[in-house]
Amino acid sequence: MPLELIDRPDLDADHKEGLWTLNFGPQHPATHTTLRLVLQLDGEMVMDAEPDIGFLHSGFEKLGEVLDFNQYVTIVDRMNYISPLANEIAWHHAVEKLLNIELTARCKYIRTIFAELMRIHDHLLCTGTCVLDLGGATAFMYAFNEREYIYEICERASGQRFHTSYTRVGGLLYDVTDDWIEMVRKFCRTFPKAYRDFAGLVMKNRIFVERTKGVGVLTREEAIAGGATGPVARASGVARDLRRDEPYLAYEDFDFDICAAQGGDCYARFQVRMMEILESLKIIEQAIENLPAGPIYSAGTGKETIPDKREVYRSIEGLIHHFESIMPNRQMPAPKESIYAATESPNGELGYYIVGDGTFRAYRARTRPPSLLHFSLFSRMIKGCMLSDVVAVLGSINIIAAELDR
Amino acid sequence: MTNTTASSDVGDLQSRLSGEVPGVSLAWSTYQDQTRVVVPAADLLSVLQASKKIGFDQLTDITCVDLLEYGNATDRFEVVYLLLNIETSERLTLKTYLNEPDLTIPSATSVWFGADWLEREVYDMYGIIFAGHPNFKRLLLPQEFQSFPLRKDYPVKGRGERHNFPVITRAES
Amino acid sequence: MATEINKTVGDNVFLTTLDAAASWARANSLWPMPFATACCGIELMSTAASRHDLSRFGSEVMRFSPRQCDLMIVAGRVVMKMLPVLQRIWLQMPEPKWCISMGACACSGGVFDTYAVVQGIDRFIPVDVYVPGCPPRPEQLIRSIIDLQEKIQSGGTYNAREFKLRILPEGPQRFDEDELIRIRERNGFKLDPPTYDPVH
Repeated sequence: MPLELIDRPDLDADHKEGLWTLNFGPQHPATHTTLRLVLQLDGEMVMDAEPDIGFLHSGFEKLGEVLDFNQYVTIVDRMNYISPLANEIAWHHAVEKLLNIELTARCKYIRTIFAELMRIHDHLLCTGTCVLDLGGATAFMYAFNEREYIYEICERASGQRFHTSYTRVGGLLYDVTDDWIEMVRKFCRTFPKAYRDFAGLVMKNRIFVERTKGVGVLTREEAIAGGATGPVARASGVARDLRRDEPYLAYEDFDFDICAAQGGDCYARFQVRMMEILESLKIIEQAIENLPAGPIYSAGTGKETIPDKREVYRSIEGLIHHFESIMPNRQMPAPKESIYAATESPNGELGYYIVGDGTFRAYRARTRPPSLLHFSLFSRMIKGCMLSDVVAVLGSINIIAAELDR
Repeated sequence: MTNTTASSDVGDLQSRLSGEVPGVSLAWSTYQDQTRVVVPAADLLSVLQASKKIGFDQLTDITCVDLLEYGNATDRFEVVYLLLNIETSERLTLKTYLNEPDLTIPSATSVWFGADWLEREVYDMYGIIFAGHPNFKRLLLPQEFQSFPLRKDYPVKGRGERHNFPVITRAES
Repeated sequence: MATEINKTVGDNVFLTTLDAAASWARANSLWPMPFATACCGIELMSTAASRHDLSRFGSEVMRFSPRQCDLMIVAGRVVMKMLPVLQRIWLQMPEPKWCISMGACACSGGVFDTYAVVQGIDRFIPVDVYVPGCPPRPEQLIRSIIDLQEKIQSGGTYNAREFKLRILPEGPQRFDEDELIRIRERNGFKLDPPTYDPVH
C-alpha cells in the first residue's frame, strides 16, 4: 500500500488495507486523447479517482491575446475538434456581443444550420466511440459514415473539411451556394435511415444497456453545484438549454424540444444525445427550407467586417475597405469593456469572457470549457463503480482534451 | 418557442444582494445585458454566500485578468466570478481586485464545489492563492513549472521550458 | 547453378536475401500504435473507419500497447507535459520500429508557437515520414503509409545497434565518383578526377 494513503482521513481503516493504485492513461485507447486517472481500487471497485490533466495544454488563451478577433478563429477551431464550427460560432458570438454587431438574417440561419450539423457531428462521434469502447465496433463504423457526409458539407461551404475557420466578425467567409443547400437537403433525407440503423444497433442492445444503466450516476444537486451544463446536466434532470433560455442566432424562429432525462447515469446521457440528434435534424430541416436571401455581412460602420474578396480585387472601394479592416492600426477599436457570452455547444455551455482594450484584439480571451467542469465531476460519478465502468463514464461525458486543457 | 427568461430589474438585484450583506460597499455597473459588481477582496466570501442565497445556484466560471498593460488601470489582477441562476437564467458578474504582494483570496469551494478546478486553474495561470482550498496545486502545467504563463510579463513563446528535454536518437532507441 | 535449380523447381522458388524478404514482410504488415493527442487523432479514426478503410493497405491492426507495435503514428501536438510520455512509449516499442509524424503540430508545432508546445517531435525522437496538413486528409495519411512501406522495402531494416556502428549519416548516399570514371573510360571518355572537397 502506498505510504501517502495512510494519512487519508476519508478512507476508513478496512479499506486502506486492501487498496491498490492503478494508473489509467495518459496513453489509453478509451481516453481517446490524453488524460490521466489515478484510481484507488478495492478489488475491482473504484474507491477513489484522481484525474490528472494538462497533457494537451497548449496555451490557447495566451494566443488569444496576440491574435485579432478574425485570426483567433483558426485557434478556437482546434479546441473542441469533434465539432470545430461550434467553437467558431461561440467565439464570434461573444465578439459580436462585445462590438455590438447585429447579424443579417441569412448569416444567422447559415450559422444555425452549421451549429446543428455540428451537434449531430459531435453526438455521432461521442456515442459511436462510447459504444466502441464498450466493445461494439459496428456502430462506430455507421456513425463515421454519416460524419464523412457532414465533412463534405463543411468542405463545400468553406474549402476545408475539418477545421473550417468559416465564421468572421459580423458574417461568414463565403456565402453558401445552391448545391450546398441541395447537399443539406439530401442529408436531411438520408440521415433518418442511417440514424435508425445506428440506434437499432445500440439502444436496445442488452449488453450495452446493462453496462451503462445505473452506472456513473450524477444527481441533480451535484450537477447544478458542480457547474455541469449541456447533455450531462440535462440527463440529470436540469432542463436547461441556452437555445431556449437565452436565445441567440435564429433559434427563436424554430420549433424544437429540449431533451432531458431523469436517471443521471450513462444510459440517460446516451439517450439525451441520441434524442438531441433528432431535434437538431428538425431544426436543420426548418432552417434550410426558410433560408432567407440577402447579404451575409452585417451593414455596420464597415470596418468591423471584411469585404467580399471579389470586391477587393476589382474595385478601389473594396481594396480600401479591406485595408481598413485588416491593418492593425486602422481596425475597429473594441470598447474598453468586458463581456461574457455563451452558446449551447454540443458539449454544454461554451462561453467566452472577453476583455476589450480599444484595439481589434482581445486583451483577455477566456474560454469557459464545458469539458473541464464535467471532468471535475468525474471522481464523484465513478466512486463505487467497477473498473470496467470507467470507460463507460468517460465515454458518456465526452471529454475532449484540447477543450479540457486548452 | 416561448422565451421563459425572466429578466429581472438590475435595481431589484442590487437591493436583494445589498440586503443580504449590509455594510459591504458594492460598486455596480452594466454593459449590454451584463450586470457587474465590484466587491472588496475582504468581503468576497460573504458576498458569494449571499449571492448563492438569493438564487445564484451555479458558478459558471472563475477567471482572472492581468491588468498590467491595460490602459490606466491601477490594480494588477482582477478575479472574475460568473454566476448563474438556473431557474431565471439571470447572470451576475462579480469582480474583485488584487495587488502584489498579497495575492490571497478566500476559496469558493465551500459555496460551490465546482469551484475546485477553476480556482486551481487560476492559480496555475496567474498565481492567485485561494485560501481554504482542499487540494491546492497546479492543474494544467507540470508541478515543477516555475512561472505563471498568462501573466502579461511572461513571453508567449516561454522561457525555453518547452525544449528542456533529453534527445533520443535512432541509435539509442 | 541457378538454371539447374530453375529446371527442377520452376517458378516455385525465389532466391533473395533474407533481409529483403523480411523487409517485404514487415512493410506489408505494419502494426500502428496510434499516439493520438489532438485533432489529427480524429482524422486517424476517419482513416481507419468505414469510408477510407486503412485495412486495404495492411496496417489497420491498431494496437494500443506499444510492445505489440512497430509503427508509431504521432497524431496531434505534443506539449511539454506529454513529451516524456511520448519518449517512454517510443522506447517501449520493440525494434525494428518506425515513426510517422502526422500533421503540422507534430512536425513543427504548427500554429501553436507557445510556451507549452514542443516545436516538432523530431527534436526529441527520430521520425521517418512527415505528413503536412492541419489536419492531413485521410488520403494523405494513407499515402504516407505507402511511402513508409516503400522506404522499408528499399532501405531495409536496421536496429539501434546497427545504427550505432554506421559511419555514414542517414540520408542519400554520396555519389561514387570512381564508378563514374570507370563507366566513362569504358565508353571512351577521359576525365580528370574530381577536385572538390570530398567531405562536402
